[in-house]
Amino acid sequence: MSSPPVAVAVSGLSKRFERGNVQALETIDLDVRPGEFVSLIGPSGCGKSTLLRIIGDLIQPSEGTVQVNGKPAHQARIDRDYGIVFQDAVLYDWRTVARNISLPLELAGVDRRRRDERVREMLELVELTGFEKHHPWQLSGGMQQRVSIARALSFSPALLLMDEPFGALDEMTRERLNNELLQIWQETGSTVVFVTHSIAESVFLSTRVVVMSARPGRIAGIVEIDLPQPRGPETRESPRFAEHITEVRRLLRKGHADEAIEGETEAPLYVAEEGL
Amino acid sequence: MSSVGVAAIPRGTLGRRVGRKLTDWLPAAGVLAGGILLWEGLVRGLEIERFLLPAPSAIVDTLWERRSELFDAGVYTFSEALGGFVIGCTLAVLAAIGLARFRRLARSLMPFAIAANAVPIIAFAPITNQWFGPLEKTSKMAIAAILVFFPVLVNTLRGLTSVRPSSIELMRSYAAGEVEIFRRVRLPNALPYIFSALKVATVLAMIGAIVGEYFVSSQEALGFQIKNSAALFQFELAWAAIVVASVLGILFYASVALVERLTMSWHPSTRGE
Repeated sequence: MSSPPVAVAVSGLSKRFERGNVQALETIDLDVRPGEFVSLIGPSGCGKSTLLRIIGDLIQPSEGTVQVNGKPAHQARIDRDYGIVFQDAVLYDWRTVARNISLPLELAGVDRRRRDERVREMLELVELTGFEKHHPWQLSGGMQQRVSIARALSFSPALLLMDEPFGALDEMTRERLNNELLQIWQETGSTVVFVTHSIAESVFLSTRVVVMSARPGRIAGIVEIDLPQPRGPETRESPRFAEHITEVRRLLRKGHADEAIEGETEAPLYVAEEGL
Repeated sequence: MSSVGVAAIPRGTLGRRVGRKLTDWLPAAGVLAGGILLWEGLVRGLEIERFLLPAPSAIVDTLWERRSELFDAGVYTFSEALGGFVIGCTLAVLAAIGLARFRRLARSLMPFAIAANAVPIIAFAPITNQWFGPLEKTSKMAIAAILVFFPVLVNTLRGLTSVRPSSIELMRSYAAGEVEIFRRVRLPNALPYIFSALKVATVLAMIGAIVGEYFVSSQEALGFQIKNSAALFQFELAWAAIVVASVLGILFYASVALVERLTMSWHPSTRGE
C-alpha cells in the first residue's frame, strides 16, 4: 500500500441540525496530510466535535464530502481506519484493561495469540504494564484515558481522531499525557486530528492548528506550528511557543468578534440517540 | 507499579472474604436470637392465646413432627414458583430485547407496562386458576409468571437502552454491526438492571404461587396448608408452613444473588463490602 497524498480531505462541508434548527458547520474545506498532527480549536458550539464525528462517519454531513485515504468516510469506517478517543475514556466496565484494549482486535477477527501480543505492546507504549487484569473503575482518570489511547492504537488505525481527550484531567496530568502522546505519535507515525479547548495544548502538540469560529462553525484561520521536534517541557518556554499562542488567540478573538456581529443562535448540542 | 500511584486493590481469597462476612453477620445473628427469645418469653409470660401467636418452641416442634409433609408441600409450591419465574422472566427478557430493537413500538407500549406494574395483578389469581385448572400447577405458574413479567420487562428494557451514546459510537467506529453492539455493549450494560429485577421476581413468584393456592389448589400445596390449618385452629402448623415458605423465599433470592455475583464479578457493587 502506497500512502496517499492526502489523509483527510474535507470539502464544502456543511452540517445543519434539524432539531433546534442550528447551522453547526458551514462550508468547511480542510486537507490533512499523512503523518500530520492537526488540532481543531474554537469556542464551545463552534462545531469542532461535530466536524470530528463527521470525519469519523459517526454523523452524516448535510452537504459536502469527506475522503479518508482516498475513500469515502463510510468506507474508511468499514475498513477500520479510525481510532477514536473521546473526552470520557468510554471504557467498558465489564472488561478488564487488557480486554478493553483488545476489543477492536476481537471485532476485526484477530486471533488470540496475536491479540495478547498486541495488548502487551500497547500497555508498554502507554506505560501501564502490570494493570492488564484491572477493571476500569480501579484506575485514575489519567490512567483510564491512557487505556483508551492504547485501545485506539491497538489495531494501528490510519487515522487517530481525538475529541478533547485530556479535557477532564488536571493540568499536571494533562501536560504529562501531552508529552506521552507526542512520543507515541512520533513512534507510530500516525495521522492525528485532535479537538481541544486549550490553546497551549493545541500549539504544543500540533503541526497545524485550525482555529474555528462559532455560529455557524467556520474555519477562522490556520496556524502552521514550526516548533522543532522532538518537543518537550523546554518547548513550552521558548519565545516561538509564545508567539504561536498569541497568533491562535488573535484568530480566536477575530472569530469571536464576527460571531458577535452575526447575532445569536443556540449552541448546537450534540444530540444523543439513546434513552426512552 | 508503585511509581504510577494507584495500587492494585487486594481481591482477597474466598476464605478471607467469607471470614470477614461472618464477623459482619454476628450482630444480625444476635438480634435474631434475641428476638426469638423475647418472643418466647412474652408468649409464655403474658400467656398469649395460641391463635394470636404461638411460641417459637411450639412452631419448631410442629415443624419437626410434620417435617415430611411440610417438606413435600414446600417442594410442590416451590416448583410452581420456579416454573412461573422461569417462564415469566424468559418472556420478559425476550420482549425487552424485541422492544429495544423497535424503539418506536417501545415508546408506545411502555406507559402500559409501567401502569401494569402498579396494578395488583395478584387479583387475577382466581381467573388464572379457572383458565389453567384450579388443581393444576400450571394455574399457579401462570399467575407467578404474570407477576414477574412487567418489572423484569421494564428493568431489562431500561438497561438495554440506557447506554452512553459514546460507547455505541465507539463500537460503530470499529465497524461493529447491531448484533455485535447488542452482544458486547447493550447486554452487559443491562445485566445489573436485569439482576435487580430477577431478585424482586423471586419474591413475586413465591407470592404468586402461595396466594394462588389460597383460593383453590391441590392439598399438597403450602398455601393450602397455611389456609387450611388456620381455618382448623392448627395455628402451630400454619406458622410452621409460613416458616417453610419464608426459608424457601430467602433461599430463592439468595441463589439468584449468588448467580449475580458470579456473572458480574467485574461490577464494583459485587466486591465484598
